[in-house]
Amino acid sequence: MRRNHPLIVAVSYLTIVFLYLPLAGVAVFSVNAARRGLVWKGFTLKWYLRLFENEWILEAAWNTLLLAVISTIIATILGTILAIAMDRFPWRSRSGNFLDVILHIPVIIPDIILAASLVVAFGLLRWVSSIFEPGLPNMIIGHVTFQIAFVALVVRSRLVAIGRDVEEAARDLFATNGYLLRRVMLPLLMPGIIAGAMLAFTLSLDDFVISFFTAGPDSQTLPLFIFAAVRRGVTPQIHALSTLIMLVTVILVVVTERFTRHQKKRAW
Amino acid sequence: MKRADSVITWYGELTTRRRLLKRGSLLLMPGMLWLMLFLVLPSLVLVVVSVVTRGAYGQLEWVFTLENYERLAGFTRFGWTADYLMILWRSVVVAFVTTLVSVLLSYPLCFFIAARPARSRYMWLTLVIIPFWTNMVIRAYAWFLILSPEMPPARLASLLGFIPDGAPLYPNAFAVYLGMVSMFLPFVTLPLYAGVERLDWSLVEAAKDLYASRIRVFTQAILPQTMPGLSVGIILTFIPAMGMFVVPDLLGGAKYMLVGNLIQQQFGPSRDWPFGAAISMGLMVPTMIGLQIYRRKSKAIEVV
Repeated sequence: MRRNHPLIVAVSYLTIVFLYLPLAGVAVFSVNAARRGLVWKGFTLKWYLRLFENEWILEAAWNTLLLAVISTIIATILGTILAIAMDRFPWRSRSGNFLDVILHIPVIIPDIILAASLVVAFGLLRWVSSIFEPGLPNMIIGHVTFQIAFVALVVRSRLVAIGRDVEEAARDLFATNGYLLRRVMLPLLMPGIIAGAMLAFTLSLDDFVISFFTAGPDSQTLPLFIFAAVRRGVTPQIHALSTLIMLVTVILVVVTERFTRHQKKRAW
Repeated sequence: MKRADSVITWYGELTTRRRLLKRGSLLLMPGMLWLMLFLVLPSLVLVVVSVVTRGAYGQLEWVFTLENYERLAGFTRFGWTADYLMILWRSVVVAFVTTLVSVLLSYPLCFFIAARPARSRYMWLTLVIIPFWTNMVIRAYAWFLILSPEMPPARLASLLGFIPDGAPLYPNAFAVYLGMVSMFLPFVTLPLYAGVERLDWSLVEAAKDLYASRIRVFTQAILPQTMPGLSVGIILTFIPAMGMFVVPDLLGGAKYMLVGNLIQQQFGPSRDWPFGAAISMGLMVPTMIGLQIYRRKSKAIEVV
């Protein structure tokens, strides 16, 4: 076991504190009885209870969930098929490269550029159909667009990891295309597909910028709600809402981690 | 050169290249069609929109012009101003400093985590992953509490005379840097860790045995080995940091605008899409360069 210089240990601890101090502050003041200011006035859960009486927040929570579930389902299906198509066929290196570049754009591009181009595209598409008015359908399209890339990249790395031996064996035993997909590839790919879907789901819950640019008046999500609220001034209720969202994030991260770690141990 | 219609064995399947590619294209179709329609085409449209004219009511008039770029460079009807160039330059500086500080903090953190016993290593790694996935609006506004007048940092600052008594430590440039570094630090740490974890320490020991100074040990034994992870981290930080608009909006206020805020303004309140598109091109170019480097480097480490 390597030993670290004390300075490295100190800097590391401070960095972790630096990352968590603000978040801890939000959690602490979400259970503080004081309505305003940073004076501790005793423990309370009333801000949490009030969340469930606030119709705006409940509606925003519903929209957030709806958006995340629908876009994740679409992106997982499209992304998985795309990964198989890219990895399992003898593409010329030039077209393979081209597809690879497109797949990496959503990973690198600043959210705001993607959002801006979607705004312009939807603006023009509105001439064709009124579906493209700002609102939930637009937000779903926006989310799927960046989710597909992440799902496809995760599933593709799983495809590379499982190799082609089992597939080839199945072919030798006269498996048809459909049988091969259903009984051989999908079961082997499942951990990768689930990991990709979890990633896509978290990305959607997390997204602010794309939603901010494509949302309509009736499609407020929780991040949009919090953004609008804190610009008017922070309240304990917002702290409570944020703390709940952070808890959900922690659970999602821990579950995904367990899952992918488990998968690594069983890697083919 | 293989003939396209000759029979081949493709992993146990007796087929022709043409039939294989036909099936492949069919599978490729739905996903690629989506990405073409909502990612590639809109980006190209954005390029076109950046050279058209804004109508009096914010509509697009298809008269081609370079006026939007001239405006970005500071040439207006009333003479030359450095306002927009200033915002561009500031964004580059903020992105650069954010990346630099994140790298400087990430190296010790990665060494620290890599030296933990296997059991607790995942716990420490998870501690870095959680902020990575936590909503950025929450992480940005969370600094309000720490920087509020009652807290020690603001008190210290007012004691030293930087801010008036009882004032919060935001919005200002300092708060933006604080927010940016806390936002992007995990983006450097996680890819870098993938490199540090598999570092060949015997090379470091060899360097030390040969009396290399600490700096040379780092630049010649550690840096080259962690280069792929480091460059992925730098790209994932520098480029999105330039386009960031939540942090400067909440922690920087109107006086400390970055390119992200400027773009947001054009697509929001000002409704000047052509100008917004022209500014976006300033981010699109570094994105495309970063994309090429990223694709090459990310193959060496296992990050998405």
